[in-house]
Amino acid sequence: MTYSLFTLAREALRGHSGWRPAWRDAAPKPDYDVLIVGGGGHGLASAYYLAKEHGITNVAVLEKSYIGSGNAGRNTTIIRSNYLLPGNERFYEKSMQLWEGLEQDLNYNAMVSQRGVLNLFHSDAQRDQYARRGNAMRLHGVDAELLDAAAVRAMYPFLDDANARFPIRGGLLQRRGGTARHDAVVWGYARGADVRGVDIVQNCEVLGIDVANGRVTGVQTSRGPIRAQKIGLVCAGNSSRVAAMAGLRLPIESHVLQAFVSEGIKPLIDGVITFGVGHFYVSQSDKGGLVFGGDIDGYNSYAQRGSLPVVEDVMEGGMALMPMIGRLRVLRQWGGVMDMSMDGSPIIDRTPVEGLYLNAGWCYGGFKATPASGWCFAHTIAKDAAHHINAAMRLDRFATGALLDERGAGATPNLH
Amino acid sequence: MRIVCPHCGERGNEEFFYLGAADLQRPAAEAPTEAWHDYVYQRDNPAGPHRELWQHWQGCRRWLVVTRDTRTHAIYAVADAAGARA
Repeated sequence: MTYSLFTLAREALRGHSGWRPAWRDAAPKPDYDVLIVGGGGHGLASAYYLAKEHGITNVAVLEKSYIGSGNAGRNTTIIRSNYLLPGNERFYEKSMQLWEGLEQDLNYNAMVSQRGVLNLFHSDAQRDQYARRGNAMRLHGVDAELLDAAAVRAMYPFLDDANARFPIRGGLLQRRGGTARHDAVVWGYARGADVRGVDIVQNCEVLGIDVANGRVTGVQTSRGPIRAQKIGLVCAGNSSRVAAMAGLRLPIESHVLQAFVSEGIKPLIDGVITFGVGHFYVSQSDKGGLVFGGDIDGYNSYAQRGSLPVVEDVMEGGMALMPMIGRLRVLRQWGGVMDMSMDGSPIIDRTPVEGLYLNAGWCYGGFKATPASGWCFAHTIAKDAAHHINAAMRLDRFATGALLDERGAGATPNLH
Repeated sequence: MRIVCPHCGERGNEEFFYLGAADLQRPAAEAPTEAWHDYVYQRDNPAGPHRELWQHWQGCRRWLVVTRDTRTHAIYAVADAAGARA
């Protein structure tokens, strides 16, 4: 069923009795060409682009719970392509371009809103750093504007720009950045994959990966064994656990990242603002709640909940940036498990096991990458080789030294 | 989460600095690249009991080996790192 003004009007006239489920809740078949392990945004996008770009439709997405129940439903919905390193920037810009055409491509309202992402800076040194990043973006053909303090004040007069210790000196603005509706992204990709023949299998946990003579042959699941020619692992948060089923050890630690939403208020913040001193970022959802977050908790965790010291730290960051939110009540707080990679950048690559592919290490920046992650992973699986766009996101870069360390923090996952 | 420091008693985890897995074996300087790659970058990252290094930097400043369940944050053992590392 194509969604359009016509179908909406038709259903309005017949009491909305004609809507159908957007995708089939499929039962697993015994055999597939490609299995995607993980039914989050990245996994569903991978299946979608396998079918759409490469004509590979005998595909199943295996999800241990329901689709979008992990980090796809726990992020803060920000999209942007404001990276410094060429190996990252070309990838995130590909993602931004896919976001810009996503709704027409999927025939689904993902509520992509290019409302601008503003990174504040508070010192001369930080200004230099952001100017450099902005210049790197522009060299890649990506929009970036360096704002001075007056321009920031004109945009967001309520920020505490005269903070004695951390005055706001300006900001790096990417106007094409913004937000998208996370659940709709999952559902849109699921629907697009399903209509092309992909089976979306929920409540199907992978319990083992079968490898014979160095090549994958299938998986053992909670719903029985499934054979496959190729298997793509897209289960960030649990990548280490799943890859270990195929004998792989990864350059990844799992950490918890928290996010928060306040009670709904009238329109206040029309873009995305990130604080340049404490780790704090905020936007406002279409329902009116302020959506914000900060640092990871900082120690290995598979618990999908966070600790109170970090709650306090995030609130302090928010209060330092915009003191007027002090009277807002926090409505909800939650945590998601992140793959923190050893250089802060993701991995989209083949693995030493033939037919096994890895999409992992998204740290706390996976949501914005959803379209390009799926697009590149589909290419890598279909062609058995990386595309130029994800060519730097290799698994062996930690051994060769070709790291993608945006922050320059070294092999310390809790500092990226 | 609260950690019982063997020197200072029970304290909130915000008093501690986290480093990571406790039982990584530093290779010899002349060891092959693979051994250094494993040591610097590769991690078991278990879901369950995990031996890890924490420093009580707002207390006795001693390094501790904490055995903690990464699914529940239950702490099974804490020992001073001197002599506790495998």
